[in-house]
Amino acid sequence: MASTAAKSALSNAAPKSSGRAAGKRASPSGARSGSGAAKSANGALDFSKEQELHAHREMLLIRRFEEKAGQLYGMGLIGGFCHLYIGQEAVVIGMQMALEQGDQVITGYRDHGHMLACEMDPKGVMAELTGRRGGYSKGKGGSMHMFSVEKNFYGGHGIVGAQVSLGTGLAFANKYRKNGKVALAYFGDGASNQGQVYESFNMAKLWKLPVVYVVENNKYGMGTSLERASSTTNLSQRGASFDIPGEQVDGMDVRAVKAAGDRAVKHAREGKGPYILEMITYRYRGHSMSDPAKYRSKEEVQKMRETHDPIEQVRKRLIEKGWASEDELKAADKDVRDLVNAAAEFATNDPEPDPSELWTDILR
Amino acid sequence: MPIEVLMPALSPTMEAGKLAKWLKKEGDSVTSGDVIAEIETDKATMEVEAVDEGTLGKILVEEGADDVKVNTPIALILGDGEDKSALSNGAGEKPGKEPAAKPATPEKAAKDDVGKQSPAEAKATGSAAANPPQPKALPEPDVPEGTEMVSQTVREALRDAMAEEMRADDRVFLMGEEVAEYQGAYKVSQGLLDEFGKERVVDTPITEHGFAGVGVGAALAGLKPIVEFMTFNFAMQAIDQIINSAAKTLYMSGGQMGCSIVFRGANGAAARVAAQHSQDYASWYSNVPGLTVIAPYTAADAKGLLKSAIRDENTVIFLENEILYGQSFPVPKLDDYVVPIGKAKIARPGEHVTIVAWSIGMTYALKAAEKLAEEGIEAEVIDLRTIRPMDTETIVESVKKTGRIVTVEEGWAQSGVGAEIAARVMEHAFDWLDAPVTRVSGKDVPMPYAANLEKLALPSVAEVVEAAKAVCYR
Repeated sequence: MASTAAKSALSNAAPKSSGRAAGKRASPSGARSGSGAAKSANGALDFSKEQELHAHREMLLIRRFEEKAGQLYGMGLIGGFCHLYIGQEAVVIGMQMALEQGDQVITGYRDHGHMLACEMDPKGVMAELTGRRGGYSKGKGGSMHMFSVEKNFYGGHGIVGAQVSLGTGLAFANKYRKNGKVALAYFGDGASNQGQVYESFNMAKLWKLPVVYVVENNKYGMGTSLERASSTTNLSQRGASFDIPGEQVDGMDVRAVKAAGDRAVKHAREGKGPYILEMITYRYRGHSMSDPAKYRSKEEVQKMRETHDPIEQVRKRLIEKGWASEDELKAADKDVRDLVNAAAEFATNDPEPDPSELWTDILR
Repeated sequence: MPIEVLMPALSPTMEAGKLAKWLKKEGDSVTSGDVIAEIETDKATMEVEAVDEGTLGKILVEEGADDVKVNTPIALILGDGEDKSALSNGAGEKPGKEPAAKPATPEKAAKDDVGKQSPAEAKATGSAAANPPQPKALPEPDVPEGTEMVSQTVREALRDAMAEEMRADDRVFLMGEEVAEYQGAYKVSQGLLDEFGKERVVDTPITEHGFAGVGVGAALAGLKPIVEFMTFNFAMQAIDQIINSAAKTLYMSGGQMGCSIVFRGANGAAARVAAQHSQDYASWYSNVPGLTVIAPYTAADAKGLLKSAIRDENTVIFLENEILYGQSFPVPKLDDYVVPIGKAKIARPGEHVTIVAWSIGMTYALKAAEKLAEEGIEAEVIDLRTIRPMDTETIVESVKKTGRIVTVEEGWAQSGVGAEIAARVMEHAFDWLDAPVTRVSGKDVPMPYAANLEKLALPSVAEVVEAAKAVCYR
């Protein structure tokens, strides 16, 4: 039973053909061919040294941050729901590299990685997780509800699929203001069956709104595999009836993500309307901290980690190309750990919100 | 026997209209389906078709006539073999009555059919004439003495409020079903497309959940959307976005990101549109912190409060009423007339019993007050105007004077706005009460279709009178 499930889940890791995106299709196996070719089988374009180092460091920050959040949750310092992003780091980092200053980002409840990718301060994010006054929402939002006007991060939304309509509204505002900005609306394979997603697709295409829909297909909507929840599993084609182009992307290869992101964002920015990117990715942890993930085998998870880990891929390339030594990468890891430890330290010692905060921020 | 052609109703709420034009003259032959005349209300025009064959014998109402009551005979049609002599032959004694046109289905009653209806039919939800009971209160304190008052329908007042705010602030835009090219399902947005263009007056598909979310997203990005729901019944599809995304984001973001947006549209019962199109949502929205809920009665309040709502930095639920759309009230002629949110108004001063109402509930309250006055009971009628935040002070001060209070609402009693008022009066004026707080409300049933049952399901003036007398022990 378990092995069948694992097999089907893994087979889905290799993106299936999609007519429209033929030739741009991604495959995790392509990630191994980083031998100097300009373009890999998964559509990834080679990164410069600076890009590789940047991606490595940013993904590592998310990984270490989430590991620390998991720890703090275990210690009872973080309450409620806590959905970790470990395994999916390449998606947000690659997409963020495709954005311009001022483009907006909105996502669902698995949002820590998105916030760090938007360069929100790890201290403020961690302190929000611990419910302290220095958190981005003064401790009143928690893991699922953080925002930053300054960094153009629009949350952090706990209702599955709601952010898709909201993100479409951000794009509406861009078009209204003719500001040339693009909105990225992230959602999961679970949300891809919500009705309002399609209502939004329709309006986005009808009005040619500058929005890129990024479906993070990590193959499970909570404990239900994509196959058990969806009558069609190629989510990149979910916009077909609205004539929205879509492609499947190897979401474990940050270069493939960036390349696809560039295409999609350009399309949206040029006024051609929405674009769908289905990121084939994987979450290593359960749905939330309280999920033991019994619906999939340890082997399935282990195999993904060993063969497709987004950070390990970059690390290997950096070493192979001689762009970084083991020692330098260790030092980079230490820097990131220090940053995360400082965030945890702050989030542990920062006081809880003043009781008077109960009554503030209800109306302006 | 000549057949009478009667003035048709464009909608169940229409009481009278204008006979705009005759397209046939006396002596013309007509066959079934021929358009013989055009009639108008303040929001729609409709063609009158003949149903039977014959000759147009006599025109009874000249073209251009205003305020022609529904079901008034407007013409006589002579059948085969009849000549003009039949006309003098006591026509109308026992005429075969021919409804000139089918009563049109109001568009709100059958959203699915919008595309199938003729434009004239779908536009046809007008309420002409009907003199609403007018508050006896003084004008708003901030209206300068000697200000000219102009008579306006609630519909026009709402339109003017939007137009004025759109002129003043280019972040303000209107979106919703049929708001642009159709000029509004209830003609509230008449003329706005022409003035502001399709970027700012946006027709949406029939997808309430989706476009409410798009509106909220645009508001989070700093625009100031006015989202029209054809009726609030359809907003149940969108209530997640209204509450979870719009009302809560300011709090969830620690005050960083607010949602300045107005959700407006017809709320509550209209006429004969049955259970799914007749619900009053005032108490639902008023339950939610982060929302402001407004339900005006007069055209002046509709205008002044909608302008305030659009300027407000928060999420405002603006509950209108279809039956009130066509009713006229004096509106101060000022460049910028705003009414503060959260302030109730004493619509009629009195000393014996307090009656609190809002929106269409005010019609029952004011008429009941007239009747009570005839029996020597002077009721103080409070127009609540804003449901949340509720102006408890004005209610409590009145109860301290009268010692008695009756609430009036078309919504259901359980967990209703009246229940909330009762609790507040108990909390703040318990020692002043001489009788239990009494609620007059819609009956605890889904809204029935049949005319008699619908009437029973809604509050009545008689019930308000009875309740007021009961608390006065009379």
